[in-house]
Amino acid sequence: MKKLALGFLVLAMWSACKPGSSDKKTLPIFGSREPVTKIVDGKSVTDTIYQTIPKFKFVNQYGDSISNKSLDGDIYVADFFFTTCPSICPVMHRNMLKVYDAFKSLGDFKIISHTIDPKHDSVPVLKKYADKLGVTGNTWWFLQGKKEDTYDIAEKNYLVAVKKDSSAAGGYVHAGYFVLIDKQKRVRGAYDGTDPKQVDQMIEDIKSLQSEPDEIITQ
Amino acid sequence: MKLKVIGAISLLLALFFIVSCESETSIEFKRYYSVGAEIYQTHCQNCHGANGEGLAALIPPLNDSLFLKNNKSSLACYIKSGLKGTITINGKAFDDAMPANDLSPMELAQTLTYVCNSFGNKLNVITQEQVQADLAKCK
Repeated sequence: MKKLALGFLVLAMWSACKPGSSDKKTLPIFGSREPVTKIVDGKSVTDTIYQTIPKFKFVNQYGDSISNKSLDGDIYVADFFFTTCPSICPVMHRNMLKVYDAFKSLGDFKIISHTIDPKHDSVPVLKKYADKLGVTGNTWWFLQGKKEDTYDIAEKNYLVAVKKDSSAAGGYVHAGYFVLIDKQKRVRGAYDGTDPKQVDQMIEDIKSLQSEPDEIITQ
Repeated sequence: MKLKVIGAISLLLALFFIVSCESETSIEFKRYYSVGAEIYQTHCQNCHGANGEGLAALIPPLNDSLFLKNNKSSLACYIKSGLKGTITINGKAFDDAMPANDLSPMELAQTLTYVCNSFGNKLNVITQEQVQADLAKCK
């Protein structure tokens, strides 16, 4: 009897430790969603349409025009910063360098850092900043555009996963979030870019997104 | 015999004074250092890092003992009024500006004692009096 109990215990422990596929978590999908019913082959089929990052157009540190299309087929991380920020930006980009180093050799991953001070952060200023950070190539883009456009896409799209704090007017745009976007341009996570632990979690989540099967985009 | 006893006592006394003097400076040092560590976290760490590592070529690290030693009497001014222009740290040039941090002379002394005795630096205590004298000569 005792032996049997021991056997059960060992079995239970073994299955608890087994890297099971069943408990592998899928990242949530943030933003609004709406069910859409279509008639396919005479049958009515209900699909969910998720909120996606809309069209945009910015300029990167090389002076190249970057649009939503430039990120087609990429998993990417977006953040908001400015080069003269003495408070949290150095911490964010110290942590982002870790993300950059982890994925820079992969083709389907990008980082886009939007400046929220386009007046000062011109293309040459952004290029110099990137150079000093040791960022080369096309994995990490520093984007400049109209301030309204940047704030608009930040508040309405990227930061939908962030709880809005009405007392901080526009404050959360500059709250140091890293926003994770999947290949279908849906928001899959938001992380405190000043917290190394959360950034490590994001690195893990990017890996799990990379192993996610490509879904058929229904639209 | 008497002489020997007196000699022994005075030797002990001398030893006692030496030891107590040493511990007094070390207590002073520890006080400066521990408060300085907290000020560093609040005012310096975001940019210069928890280990004084800086950030790539943007923000200089704080482990260039030679720079700290050669500019010891200017360090308080650098923090208090900010720093502009190019400096060379560990052989690398840094030309971004450091913003001013309006700390009191005591806070500056504590912060400098922390920085100058962390990250591999060993420049001993930097006192409030020293900082006040240095501040008077700020350019």
